[in-house]
Amino acid sequence: MRVALLLLLLLAVVALPGAFFPQRTSDPNAVQQYFLDHPDTADLLDSLHLFDVYASPWFSAVYLLLFVSLIGCILPRTWVHLKNLRAEPSRVPSRFTRFDVRGQARAAGTPEQVRRRLDAALGRRYRRRLASERGRTADGETRTALTISAERGFGRETGNLVFHLALVGLLVVTAWGQLVHYRGQVVVVQGDTFVNAPLDFDSFDTGSWYGADAQEPFRVRLDSFESEFTVDSQARDFVAGVTLTETDGSTRTADVRVNHPLETDDTRIYLTGNGFAPRFTVTDGSGEVAFSGAVPFLPTADPNYASNGVVMVPDANGGERQLGFNGVLLPTAAADEEGNLIGSAYPQPLDPAVVLNVWVGDLGLDNGVPQNLYLLDTTDMEQVLTTAEDGTEAPVQVVLRPGESVELPDGLGTITFEDLPRFAAFDVRYDPSIVWMGVFAGLAFAGLVASLFLPRRRIWVRLVAGADGATVVSAAALARGDDPGLQRELDRVLAVLESDQAATSKEDR
Amino acid sequence: MNSDLGDISTLLIYGAMASYVVAMIAFAVDVSALGVGAPKDRRRRAAGIGLSTMWLGAGLQFVAIVVRGLAAGRVPWANMYEFTLMFTFFVVAIFLGLQTRRDVRYLGVAVSMLAFLALMLAVAVLYVEADGVQPALRSYWLVIHVSVATLATGLSGLAAMISIAQLVKARSERATVSAGSAAMAASGATAEVTSGAAGGTSATATAVAEPSTQPSATFGSRIVGSLPPSANMERLAYRLNAVGFVAWTFTLVAGAVWAEHAWGRPWGWDPKETWTFVIWVIYAAYLHARVTTGWAAEKFAYFALVGFMAVLANFYIVNIFFSGKHSYAGV
Ligand code: HEM
Repeated sequence: MRVALLLLLLLAVVALPGAFFPQRTSDPNAVQQYFLDHPDTADLLDSLHLFDVYASPWFSAVYLLLFVSLIGCILPRTWVHLKNLRAEPSRVPSRFTRFDVRGQARAAGTPEQVRRRLDAALGRRYRRRLASERGRTADGETRTALTISAERGFGRETGNLVFHLALVGLLVVTAWGQLVHYRGQVVVVQGDTFVNAPLDFDSFDTGSWYGADAQEPFRVRLDSFESEFTVDSQARDFVAGVTLTETDGSTRTADVRVNHPLETDDTRIYLTGNGFAPRFTVTDGSGEVAFSGAVPFLPTADPNYASNGVVMVPDANGGERQLGFNGVLLPTAAADEEGNLIGSAYPQPLDPAVVLNVWVGDLGLDNGVPQNLYLLDTTDMEQVLTTAEDGTEAPVQVVLRPGESVELPDGLGTITFEDLPRFAAFDVRYDPSIVWMGVFAGLAFAGLVASLFLPRRRIWVRLVAGADGATVVSAAALARGDDPGLQRELDRVLAVLESDQAATSKEDR
Repeated sequence: MNSDLGDISTLLIYGAMASYVVAMIAFAVDVSALGVGAPKDRRRRAAGIGLSTMWLGAGLQFVAIVVRGLAAGRVPWANMYEFTLMFTFFVVAIFLGLQTRRDVRYLGVAVSMLAFLALMLAVAVLYVEADGVQPALRSYWLVIHVSVATLATGLSGLAAMISIAQLVKARSERATVSAGSAAMAASGATAEVTSGAAGGTSATATAVAEPSTQPSATFGSRIVGSLPPSANMERLAYRLNAVGFVAWTFTLVAGAVWAEHAWGRPWGWDPKETWTFVIWVIYAAYLHARVTTGWAAEKFAYFALVGFMAVLANFYIVNIFFSGKHSYAGV
């Protein structure tokens, strides 16, 4: 048991670093940032697994050892306990003086009668064994004593075992869930549909036992998205109205909210983010429409939803001089005194505007390196500049409101900001272990309560016929662990013998 | 939302804080009277005043919490300020509840001080206007998970106060024993054995307190002498911690269920989750040690104090200085 204690403490210690260093699993961006901020220590920390503590060899070693120790200890105890459940209560100890909680009484009636009354008083909770024993009194006479040994509270040990076994169960189902789960993340613009298939997700990860046939091929269309904010821009509600088309072709509509995922047969769809996806049309120098579509702009940390985004036009000018735009979307544009847009004043689109820089050159989309759709790779591009009246050159900034269109300089074409639909980000998750986690967590909780609060008590009584036809009763009680109610319990049982003899004395303890 | 009600709630909190200060002074007067060698059976008027003002403070605080909930139009435990209102209320209420069944007036100073200091910090630093909450907090799991977390914090806090008293007392018990007072050693030993039954307490307490009436006893040792035997306090702390552990377990499980609903994963090792896990493991280790080893009682007290320190760190340090998914609860 020292080992278990040591390992428990060790577990607390090895879990802590994960609270101090950013973790890849929960916050990958912060890890990247850490590498930028502390280039000299980050590699060392990384080699010690401090950025993925909970998958590190040393963390795993501690909890696996803990569970090995747990199983090694609990299985034999379960065995013994099962045997004890069937065994009779232990014999009455020969001397009661070594127990702290004792009682004595004299009662009218034969020992047999008194025993019957005590037996009834014990109640149903006790398992008991009635016996008699022969002994010799101090003056050499033989006499017969009747005994009761009673015990209750097997639930305490049962609860303890259930608690520990449920912890094992929790670990096992969690590991199983890791193996069979899948999770996809997708950004959907209002009016668009996604299919629950790996290719349709922006990111998709699975456990190693994942089978594609486990994936229900349902479809989800984002019909509407509504948000609600207080006057000081605090979010109050987000609702994504969706139409779900299930595998069998049936459709239904539903609202997906934070805290209210949409459930299909075995999958859950969570609303994890939202923002705006301005719709643009870009024509190139020849007047051809080179791009048309809604582009999700990612909200920054700004509570008023100032969002960053990129428009890539690889098809412009036959792909020779590709166009790229990067910039911000301001849902409610706020301007300074000179009329320059400086930020967003409210998260709802009261007066939306986009401010874009214009680039021309090679977008770098064809060289096979995966592209971040929210970042413009400008290595092979040139920013489009304009010459002011005084002859200085400055980058072109395109400012557009919905419905507006601008001519780009140098005959590059035009860009039109058509309208401003919203997007919603969804997580689609399949993990059949969740239900079982709930079951084991519930078992562990119930077991814990039983193990801590169910009293485990033994009561022994010895009855000897007294000189005057009365019966002399002596009793003792023992509990496992702290049990402040033990004396009261013994008193309760002996109280049925009423005032025969000033009832019980607590004895001079 | 309703700022008038919010202001009323804040005023009531000031009232509760004032009550706790009065209670603290009254309890301190009571304790110091022991120090000057007042007879054991004197009527403890000051302690009586302390208790009444504690009740008053708890009543005011209860109303303040209810009004706060009305002002915000939701359950009043959704940010650090409100969390503090809740857990200090639980510390005081559990103390008063215990007092109805056994004499725990010796805790009065510590409890009123803890409540006052925490409220002071809350009012001065953590205060926010009563208002609605973010979508992520709109869930009945907020009601369940956070309220039980405040209860658990209250239980651990009260138990920690008892553990401190226990350690102080144990030191003086050891000193008395090593001073070679054979009689004392004997009665101290009795105290160890007996106090299981609630009824046994008073008799043993007198026995142990005896040296305090000796003329040689110092001011401090008289005060310490009036504390119940350390073994009794250890047992009380254990029982509070056991209930507290159940509450922590529930908090953990309910939190995982909620995280599953809100974020699509039951557990993500977010800093807050990590700390809560660590606290849970520390208390599990404490119970383990308590149930399976025969250590000296003082070790358990240190253990429980480490646990409570982790609880405080989880609340004050993690909420403010660590960013994670839980940080929206904000200051
Ligand atoms: C994180 C939670 C816990 C873990 C991982 C854990 C683990 C273990 C392990 C590994 C053992 C085997 C000890 C040995 O080597 O003999 C054990 C035994 C035991 N545990 Fe726990 N335990 C936990 C919580 C608790 C709690 C909260 C209690 C509270 C009552 C408890 C009570 C016991 C008892 C009574 C034993 C039997 C000790 C013996 O047979 O001597 N455990 N536990």
